[in-house]
Amino acid sequence: MKIAVCIKQVPSKEWQPRINDAGTWIRDQDAGFEMNEPDAYALEEALRLKERVGGEAVACSAGPARVSQVLREALARGADRAIHVEDDRLAAADAFVVADALAAAMRDEKFDLILTGLQSDDQGFAQTGVILAQRLGMPHATIIMEVQVGDGSLKVKRELEGGWFQWISLPLPAVLTIQSGINTLRYATLKGIMAAKKKEIRKAPAPSAAAARQQIVKLYVPQKQKHTEMLTGGAAEVARELVKKLRDDARVL
Amino acid sequence: MILVIAEQHDDKVNRASWETIAAAQQLAAGQPIKVAVLGSSVDAVASELATAQVAEVLAVQNAALAMYAADAFVQAVRGLIDQTRAEYVLLPHTYQTRDFAPQLAASLERPLIADCVGVKTADGKPAFVRLMFQGKLAADVVAAGDPPYLVTFQIGAFRADQAARGASPAPVTRAQVAIDPAAVRQRPEEPFQGAKQAVDLTQAERIVAVGRGIKGKEHIALAEKLAQALNAEIAASRPICDAGWLPMERQVGSSGQTVAPKLYMALGISGAIQHLVGMKGSRTIVAINKDAEAPIFEVADFGVVGDLFEIVPAIVKELGQ
Repeated sequence: MKIAVCIKQVPSKEWQPRINDAGTWIRDQDAGFEMNEPDAYALEEALRLKERVGGEAVACSAGPARVSQVLREALARGADRAIHVEDDRLAAADAFVVADALAAAMRDEKFDLILTGLQSDDQGFAQTGVILAQRLGMPHATIIMEVQVGDGSLKVKRELEGGWFQWISLPLPAVLTIQSGINTLRYATLKGIMAAKKKEIRKAPAPSAAAARQQIVKLYVPQKQKHTEMLTGGAAEVARELVKKLRDDARVL
Repeated sequence: MILVIAEQHDDKVNRASWETIAAAQQLAAGQPIKVAVLGSSVDAVASELATAQVAEVLAVQNAALAMYAADAFVQAVRGLIDQTRAEYVLLPHTYQTRDFAPQLAASLERPLIADCVGVKTADGKPAFVRLMFQGKLAADVVAAGDPPYLVTFQIGAFRADQAARGASPAPVTRAQVAIDPAAVRQRPEEPFQGAKQAVDLTQAERIVAVGRGIKGKEHIALAEKLAQALNAEIAASRPICDAGWLPMERQVGSSGQTVAPKLYMALGISGAIQHLVGMKGSRTIVAINKDAEAPIFEVADFGVVGDLFEIVPAIVKELGQ
């Protein structure tokens, strides 16, 4: 089975965001970067599926030169080769633009199955995988907790709200967005890291810039919305005060 | 005209749909609002939605909509958008919306501004507030190009009880949409609950949640005592569920439930972004934590810096009076 996994490189979780002078995007020159964690689960699922049914796992990413870091990481974990749609403008792009860039590079590969994380930790649109499916004319399913491969088809378990789940069937080729916790992540071994150096990363050109359909007019640190009333004193005193306020002021008791 | 796509399951409109109606009413500024509901038998839910202060309810009844499937819903909502010529199409950011709205937007070649927490105006145009970078930054986003513009709202960003009700019921119209079942590629089975008895925290009016400060599985009982005294559901931040001290269904946060109860008591929860995102819409938040710098105090209405093992028993006692 020819499996693709789309991986995004995002600023690391510890990074304290800085905003550019125009106030429209971040200044990330000093940021550390890492593989988007939801995509790591998608990668792991791709590797497990490849181990189960055979074939190849191809890591794909769209972004500036620096995203080759997450592609090397994917190769080190076991992906066979990678595709890098390289363009600086993709760093701040919305899901449509990214999905179009990936679709252009991936279309001719004729993948059987494409996996993505359910959203990215930076922009969090939760759209790229589904838009990619539409662009490639493939059916999709999202927030998937289990994948069973059939003959030319898939049976997948969707996570629903409130502890509910649902199995659905769909034909291959298809796109799935993967929920965290579907599996346990493996990390690259030294052997994997060495092998990765010899694996191919194909560079693909980004399509000419599609018009952005949404625009950030202002990026800022959110204002603290709430006034917090701090209660002090001994435990009994605080308890009395709190219950009184919840009963009389907040009226939630 | 603003079109709200309400969501129903088993003849019940979910709270998030009412939150979206509240958002529509804020955005509308005089423009008419229509609410659509989709299913194979929608008269009951349509009547319920007609109590909202809106211009019309569109009951989209079709056998092909009996069970949710992305391809069927995209066909149906596309048909609705074409018929109504809606400028804004608003949806709650539920799992179901996340499954079909991007496909709908892509097929329309129109923007989908997702998971919004507020509505503003920027240069005379509506702007939607989205959180980014794990909630560390907020962005005011405007749609570009021609309408329709699709917008989804984060669960709990608006309050269902703030959706204005009409003086008299809005008219309900049956809306016809064309759905080709042969073009629906997904075959869904009946939804089922996970192995353990599932609880829907999103329906709870009061929640007592524990974080790492609870220190051990044996101490959960203390939180449960408080929950009982408050007639509340028990919940937890992710590390507690990962450790198996409470089942996954009790998790509140970005990978668990997003809740907006009337009362949320956070015991020994630091307030990491992934958790805050799941509960900051709660009406009244009480935080008890030993650490005065804990981010949970950024969203709390009432805060106590102290030892929960002393404070919680005292609260239980006080409630018993």
